[in-house]
Amino acid sequence: MRRLGPLLALVLTLVLTLAPLGARAVDDPSEMLANPQQEARAERIGAQLRCLVCQNESIEDSQADLARDLRRVVREHVAAGQSNRQVIAWMVQRYGNFIRLRPPFDLATLLLWGMPLLALLAGGTAAALGWRRAAASRPAPAPLSAAEHDRLQELMQPRAGSG
Amino acid sequence: MADGTARRRQLLMLAPFGAAIAVGAGFWEMLAGMNSGRFDPHDIHAPAQGRRVPAFDLPAQPPGQGFSSAELSAQRQPVLVNFFASWCVPCVVEGSALVGLSRRLPIWGIAYKDKPADAQGFVSRTGSPYRRLAADRSGMTAIDWGVSGVPESFLIAPGGLITWHIAGPLDEGTIEAGLLPALRKLA
Repeated sequence: MRRLGPLLALVLTLVLTLAPLGARAVDDPSEMLANPQQEARAERIGAQLRCLVCQNESIEDSQADLARDLRRVVREHVAAGQSNRQVIAWMVQRYGNFIRLRPPFDLATLLLWGMPLLALLAGGTAAALGWRRAAASRPAPAPLSAAEHDRLQELMQPRAGSG
Repeated sequence: MADGTARRRQLLMLAPFGAAIAVGAGFWEMLAGMNSGRFDPHDIHAPAQGRRVPAFDLPAQPPGQGFSSAELSAQRQPVLVNFFASWCVPCVVEGSALVGLSRRLPIWGIAYKDKPADAQGFVSRTGSPYRRLAADRSGMTAIDWGVSGVPESFLIAPGGLITWHIAGPLDEGTIEAGLLPALRKLA
């Protein structure tokens, strides 16, 4: 029974930390689209759009009034058969790129998106330089003594009768 | 030779410190900017400015008759469009500034997601700065303008071009520093 304590704590921690990931502000079933595929797509789009009131939540997560209105707009457009790209473009047209939680790749975000590559290049260069320096500073092996030289010659001679 | 590599190694040691100093200076600049108002990370930068007013035709908000984008664009003098709501505290604060401003240019009000009676009471309490009034009950027109919350104000040039925008209350500071210079450009 004592063994179960830590296990229980672990399970409880996992449940409590992971539970909010599944939670969505859409708790009113009347907000949701009847078609589950369309609803799933609307949720995926909404998860990429910033709530402009709370700013660090997506409109799917936010309880704000404006977020609810924007969720409805997303669902109307999805139900009308618009693509994800079209719905997001509609939002960006009104609120600018700020509404996108995943910023687009352009000149202004070049450094942002390029940073992992830059970090990899910088780290790789530093590692390569360090490696080369370590190799260069390693003392060269001492030349073989006369006895060692003879022994090596002997070892490398094809043995008579073995062929 | 040993002297050269030692110097190079010293310089390499300094590089991380240099990087840390640069990052620190960047953060310092951001924080100082937030204090002085130069930099606002919450600023949405809604792209309304420099565009024409979006198409709309809004119903009456008593005591006003409602108005449309066509009527707004047909004006021969600059108009300030102000989104407000009776339930919005900064709108109350903004009221006296708007009343003062209404002597300089016409202000057209749009009641955002408000009950008609509440908005009417609000307008009469603030001293009716609005030349015309309309109601955006669904809030969808406000979304077309890129409004993220009330109050928000837009300066409309004759012809319907949005030349200035503020997402927040108007007060002496924002009027002097933002609205009046934009208005002078239109004169």
